Amino acid sequence: MDRRESIKSLLLGSVAAGLVLQGCAPDEITTATPEVSQGPFYGRTPDEVIRDKKLHEEMFFNEHELSTIAVLCDIILPKNTSYGSATDVGVHEFIAFIVKDMTSKKTPLRGGIMWLDSFSNKSYKKDFAACSNKEQLAICDQIAYPGKTSPELNGGEKFFSSMRNLTMTGYFTSKVGIEDLGYKGNMPNVWDGIPEDVLKDHGMAYEKEWLAKCVDQTKRGDIAVWDDKGNLIS
Amino acid sequence: MQIKESPESFDVIIVGSGAGGGMATKILTEAGLSVAVVEAGPFFDPASPEQQTQLKWPYESPRRGAGSTRPFGEFDAAYGGWEIEGEPYTRAPGTKFDWFRSRMLGGRTNHWGRISLRFGPLDFKRKNQDGLGDNWPIGYDDVKPYYDKVDKLIGVFGSKENIPNEPDGFFLPAPKPRLHELYYIKGARKANIPVIPSRLSILTKRINDDRGVCFYCSQCSRSCSVYADFSSGSCLIFPAQKAGGQITLFNDSMVREVVTDDAGKATGVVFINKKNRKEYQLNAKVVVLAASACSTARILLNSKSKAHKDGLGNSSGMVGKYLHDSTGASRGAFIPELMDRKIYNEDGVGGMHVYTPWWGNDKKLKFPRGYHIEVWGGMGMPSYGFGFNPNWLNEYVGGDVGGYGDSLRDDVKKFYGSTVGMAGRGESVPMESNYCEIDEDVVDEWGIPVLKFNYKWSDYEVDQAEHMHDTFEEVIDGMGGTVLGTRPGRDKQFGLEAPGRIIHEVGTTRMGDNPKKSVTNKFSQLHDVKNVFIVDAGVFVSQADKNPTWTILALSWRACDYIIKELKSQNI
Repeated sequence: MDRRESIKSLLLGSVAAGLVLQGCAPDEITTATPEVSQGPFYGRTPDEVIRDKKLHEEMFFNEHELSTIAVLCDIILPKNTSYGSATDVGVHEFIAFIVKDMTSKKTPLRGGIMWLDSFSNKSYKKDFAACSNKEQLAICDQIAYPGKTSPELNGGEKFFSSMRNLTMTGYFTSKVGIEDLGYKGNMPNVWDGIPEDVLKDHGMAYEKEWLAKCVDQTKRGDIAVWDDKGNLIS
Repeated sequence: MQIKESPESFDVIIVGSGAGGGMATKILTEAGLSVAVVEAGPFFDPASPEQQTQLKWPYESPRRGAGSTRPFGEFDAAYGGWEIEGEPYTRAPGTKFDWFRSRMLGGRTNHWGRISLRFGPLDFKRKNQDGLGDNWPIGYDDVKPYYDKVDKLIGVFGSKENIPNEPDGFFLPAPKPRLHELYYIKGARKANIPVIPSRLSILTKRINDDRGVCFYCSQCSRSCSVYADFSSGSCLIFPAQKAGGQITLFNDSMVREVVTDDAGKATGVVFINKKNRKEYQLNAKVVVLAASACSTARILLNSKSKAHKDGLGNSSGMVGKYLHDSTGASRGAFIPELMDRKIYNEDGVGGMHVYTPWWGNDKKLKFPRGYHIEVWGGMGMPSYGFGFNPNWLNEYVGGDVGGYGDSLRDDVKKFYGSTVGMAGRGESVPMESNYCEIDEDVVDEWGIPVLKFNYKWSDYEVDQAEHMHDTFEEVIDGMGGTVLGTRPGRDKQFGLEAPGRIIHEVGTTRMGDNPKKSVTNKFSQLHDVKNVFIVDAGVFVSQADKNPTWTILALSWRACDYIIKELKSQNI
């Protein structure tokens, strides 16, 4: 398998998982919906399009590095009964991109992988990716808990923390990760305050005087009219 | 290279299309004048499918919203930032100043916080109270009619509060507070500081048939595709075009200088077309500069001629002087009661639903002038950076920090929406020693000499930042929260942001009655040249703790009324 194919195969998982978990019905929309442009656009300027194209064409990590990243991603965020693992949603692909986008990350991550392999070779005479899951976890346990790491392994700790950050952010900014989180917004709605049960749970209530200053959503479509003193009368 | 002169002549050339330029475009074209709007960036319409970022998901981008090319994240509607390739600026030794520019139609109005506060009576006359700086040559009563008109034209939600220096206006109704904002209200009251509904130029109610109503996506910083928030393009320039105004837009056109005749009167501008890198000249009866405080100062200082040896309008030597930005310091907090939240859509409007106006005008404090407090928090849409240090807050409630595995998912959910932040935005004292000037050694890629900044905060601002932290800590305590991070000390100026970071830079062409101490008169007209006006925040004598946009809009309208009157009377 050549490098490109190998990477392609690494990425296949993400596409499949994405398809499975799509298709939840959006909440009912109670107001005029803006047209959201579909397709390739997400508001890039021509210069940004050129920059992105270059980044996509660039290869930074080699096959071994990508495999190691994928292994780490899934150690950091494995699948559970409801949701896929980090690589299932393409987090390794995101990491491969982000180092090209934020070039200051290139050396720490590349060097971190090398550090991990050196450490693994000392302990198990194998690269990290070739170790058994048990061996891999034994290594991670030594570098995954900031403040508890032996000083001589601090470099490994820094690398693992970076990998954890990128894995977590890659996951929770993916379609599946957002669904897993439960975020409910980014869609047109008519927001009319905190749900009653939530207020109650927090021992809170809206004050009458405050609410008097707030919007009456049944009249949001009526054109605003004021009297001379600035009192809204529509 | 020959400058190509346009055969067409305009009544007015407006340089810049942000708040001031947009308002001038609307008012002057409504008066039947022909207008050329010269903008250094591309055309922008938030409703255009190619340019829209509103309602996009982080996963539509390979970098998930990270700020690699735009400092506030890649969905933010500002093309530019504190650094723009090919358009550098320099700093004198010891200066910290960062200059934010947004190169696009509408400028920075496309992404701003929409905090739309009127200056109050005290804000125009601060010297009367503390003896520092100067009073404005105008007062609240001069501007009030224009604030009223701006409220009705553009729309701002808020509430009548009868606070003397926080004048009420013609408000749309405010949105209800979110949960973390109820906690803030509780904390603010315990700390004995006021808290009221915020005042943002977002349409919670329809104001006309051309603009939509807010649909609560919280993304005003992406510029609204149904025009439910204020951006200069969508609310001023497009409507002016639609109304049949005589408007010629010159996009990607960077003005180098204002051209004057032998008598010293302005005849037009020279700009560089960024697409073909050639120079062009436009002619007009009146030139209105709205390029932003620093860009306008740069244009004036680069407009040297026999009649204006030190730059246009600079016989006082005041162009570039008295540059000042708002102060800023911020703090975060963890609210244990907001852990393990029930998740619902609480995007709300873009920005805060409540805020604290300045409460200390009558107090004896270590520093002059005040600040307001902005609040953030809630269960927002994840973007690049979300999930970093997923369980570090376990430090406060027990449990592992770091680690790996499925439990990280639970950690993220446990703490989702449990942190809040507050930011102080305050008034600094304008100083002649804080200024921008031309750096003769450096040009940008358009061959235009660049600005060099000279700026240092004084103890006034540092002491104010210290007070901000005292207040934040008291409020957070009242919220039942834990202050996050360590309190920055005096060695770090109490976390005071570098000037320029709050993006409220003003004062470089301040107005005044004395032509030796100011650049424009009280109608924003150059003392030195009758047919040149400035309608950006350069004319501010002092920048209150209020955000400048509403005052830019009001003063631009006021200046335009004056231009129309003076043209009719053939005085210019």
